[in-house]
Amino acid sequence: MINYLKNNPDNVSSWFFTHLWMSVLPVVIGLIIALPIGWVASRYRWTYPPITNLAGLLYTIPSLALFILMPSILGTKILSPVNMVVALTVYSLALLVRVVADGLNSVAPDIRAAATAMGFSGIGRFLRVDLPIAVPVITAGLRVATVSNVSLVSVGALIGVPQLGSLFTEGFSRYIPGITLLGILLCLALALVLDALIVLGSRVLTPWQRAVAKR
Amino acid sequence: MISSVFSWLGDGANWSGPDGITHRLVQHLEYSFGALVFVLIIGIPLGLYIGHTGKGGVAIAGVANALRALPTFGLLLYLVIAYSGNLPTDWIYLGPALFVLVVLGVPAVLSNTYAGVQNVDPAARDAARGMGMTGMQVLWRVEVPNALPLIISGIRSSLLQIVATATIAAYVTLGGLGRFMIDGLSQRDYAQMAGGAVLVGLLAVALDLVMAVIQRYVVSRGITGRYALPAASADVVAAESSVSV
Repeated sequence: MINYLKNNPDNVSSWFFTHLWMSVLPVVIGLIIALPIGWVASRYRWTYPPITNLAGLLYTIPSLALFILMPSILGTKILSPVNMVVALTVYSLALLVRVVADGLNSVAPDIRAAATAMGFSGIGRFLRVDLPIAVPVITAGLRVATVSNVSLVSVGALIGVPQLGSLFTEGFSRYIPGITLLGILLCLALALVLDALIVLGSRVLTPWQRAVAKR
Repeated sequence: MISSVFSWLGDGANWSGPDGITHRLVQHLEYSFGALVFVLIIGIPLGLYIGHTGKGGVAIAGVANALRALPTFGLLLYLVIAYSGNLPTDWIYLGPALFVLVVLGVPAVLSNTYAGVQNVDPAARDAARGMGMTGMQVLWRVEVPNALPLIISGIRSSLLQIVATATIAAYVTLGGLGRFMIDGLSQRDYAQMAGGAVLVGLLAVALDLVMAVIQRYVVSRGITGRYALPAASADVVAAESSVSV
């Protein structure tokens, strides 16, 4: 395992960074799209069931199947990384839409009323009151989406996109357990670091939570 | 591109024989439900115990999160390479595949069972004790029926994850619907590959519908009203979200 790392540092580090952006980018795009849709689902209650049901249906489709079907939907090449990024964005979006809507629904009506009384309205109230209060619920969803993406990206090694999953297949084809183990450990490390960063970000964004806990 | 997928699916010759779709579908279901049985045997009693006694909840949440980060595909390949020498011939590939699917499926069932029992209205639990019920009676007559919606949704997401992930068993020479994706890829036969993907997708959606129906009829009508408002706490988000490979 150590030898492999010593002999192929360039390969491993480029796979690591490919893995990193392929895991993170879909969550970022997914969140940007999920915010307005989640807002609609929370603001207009009748849209909540159809939106979350559709999201649930998308989430049901196995990712390897979605990776493979992407070329026929997008017209891309089978081995193009775009397939995986789009497929993972669909998953992140499907997960986050519901989380954003639930997070916004968790804002207590009296807080909304107080904000309105203080002169907040429309987009200003959404950005400065509702969204910050929904942060803990949304970050819980972001953690799940990011950590699962790290695992899902590695399956892309099957369809030939080189990233940490390539260590799995290389270890398997050469029958050297150490190479595969190296891939597993790097995936775990990546997932745990990203998870910790999201938790940290959530703490920075919600200082009042610690203020209450201290009392 | 799409029409070739449908003509592959529509060709009767692709459905019969040991390499046919019907046999691969049966294999896929065997792997999935075989793993699910172990998941239930492990996840439900442990979840009920932790939820009822309140012991070890934090540890379980931590383990469940760490398991989510474990790349299933890597674990499968590692186990096959590292332990193939120690397993009986029939189990060299099947053993690791089942083990990986069980590891994948347990967290959803375990954490949902635990969260379900834990989230039972304390007033209902107190009332049951006040009526003179023993611990076991409180568990089986109050906590389990109240927790049933979450327990079943845990089984549902666990089954979906398992069915989705059983496709990668084909990479280590096993059968199942993943065979078409792997073989299609190596033979540069996109129709076969995408046909396999469509079949796995349909299987997942169909099983999800079956589980939705079961959920509707098994859960007591006195409890279903509870789900009128969407639940929104970080715990429940984590408990209800699942990963499908």
